[in-house]
Amino acid sequence: MSGNWIEVCAVEDIDEEDVMRFDHQGRTFAVYRSPDDEFFATDGLCTHEHVHLADGLVMDEIIECPKHNGRFNYKTGQAKGAPVCVNLSTYPVKVEDGAVFISI
Amino acid sequence: MTHFVIIGAGECGARAAFALREKGFDGKITLIGSEALAPYERPPLSKATEEGAVEPKFIAEPEKYAAVGISLLTGVTVQDVDPGAKAVALSDGRTIAYDKLLFATGARARAFPGIAEDSKHIRLLRTHADAVALRKAMVPGKHIVIIGGGFVGLELAATARALGTDVTVLEGLERVLKRGVPEEVAGVICERHSLEGVDIRCGVAITAITEDDERATIQLADGDIVEANLVLVGIGATPNTELAARAGLQIDNGIAVDEFLRTSAPDVYAAGDCCSFPLAIYGGRRVRRESWRNAQEQGALVAANMMGLGEAVSAVPWFWSDQYDVTLQIAGLAEGAVQHLRRDLSDGAFILFHLDRAGRLLAASGIGRGNAVARDIRLAEMLIAARAHPDPAALVASSVKLKSLLAA
Repeated sequence: MSGNWIEVCAVEDIDEEDVMRFDHQGRTFAVYRSPDDEFFATDGLCTHEHVHLADGLVMDEIIECPKHNGRFNYKTGQAKGAPVCVNLSTYPVKVEDGAVFISI
Repeated sequence: MTHFVIIGAGECGARAAFALREKGFDGKITLIGSEALAPYERPPLSKATEEGAVEPKFIAEPEKYAAVGISLLTGVTVQDVDPGAKAVALSDGRTIAYDKLLFATGARARAFPGIAEDSKHIRLLRTHADAVALRKAMVPGKHIVIIGGGFVGLELAATARALGTDVTVLEGLERVLKRGVPEEVAGVICERHSLEGVDIRCGVAITAITEDDERATIQLADGDIVEANLVLVGIGATPNTELAARAGLQIDNGIAVDEFLRTSAPDVYAAGDCCSFPLAIYGGRRVRRESWRNAQEQGALVAANMMGLGEAVSAVPWFWSDQYDVTLQIAGLAEGAVQHLRRDLSDGAFILFHLDRAGRLLAASGIGRGNAVARDIRLAEMLIAARAHPDPAALVASSVKLKSLLAA
């Protein structure tokens, strides 16, 4: 962990229980806002077939891949069963002055 | 020790085997596949850009089976099933006893009438080996004729174009994707194929196919003759029911099962492409599905039911197709719909919502670049499962989030 905080967006750019794609230096991430208004970040691509998770559906603490409905807990990165079996990496997130930052 | 035997090591059979372990079944599991390869994913076989078309994309690493105690037999076929004696006879001469049996025998590509399946220039696509052979023939300058404008045919047309091959698609009906895809959505796909240089001819009847060392020649009823270096036949699939029929199981457009995926014989189940089942959300209508997701979901469901958990089929049918950078997704069954409402998304993507006379959402069909329609189709699927009667004005207004309709 570099501890290098990168600004992603403004808080209001992501709705509650939703997700946004964030690309940075050739890498892609998914940044989430939970129903209870906390922010989280994971790798942006599904571990099954390299599909952007930000096109998927957030339900409670689950992100569902838009392609094959593989499910992950975006708070922990844990894969929730077939077809996904490899967990997502997660990244620290902080909110400061109305902006969302991730550490990558 | 209790022994569960699974005939068929495709998506459904493999998923069932793992699901049994995930749900805590501690007996013996034997998974029998006729192909030499360990179970692999079939959707990539027809698609250009995905991994898995040339190198098989395994459902699980081959060593994983032994690790969780699944005895995987590859290159073995089941010759006979005796439901009375609860035994299956294998092609390697062995007879094995079962306590519960699952037919996950899948479907096979339908051959063109009168054409041998191993014909030199005329091919089918079902297995990884088929895909590899097709891929070899798809080289720049060659001409491929695809018989059938269904999903396999059109996905292969896109693949062939990506590999530089000239492509003609011959469809007998008046338009492509007639089965299960609305005209408005099929039109987008057709237009895209035209832009890519695919020659799609609908409403054609083939009177004869002949071949010599170099090429195949197709004669059409209107007198036209089409020559091809390779002919791919993509005219649908036939469920593999012969073994079940010989064993005396009831067949009805597939091995007939009830909502718990039980066949007419005790302790014998069927799931995936090979079976027909009643769908409660559509009034118990009996359907058979040929889709990856159905195979996967029923694999998991049948595992639960083999363990006595009593879980009825409830999933909404869903499938997708990728052609070029366009993806189509359809949830539900639109038969009986009288109202078709269009919701436009960004970048040309759109969704059609199909409602019945009472305003109940029966199905949703979406098309767009990449995964543009995925989220809304998923939400539509949840609305369909909930038997919702959503506000038509909200469905067409893309400013209204579909998620908000779920809570209503």
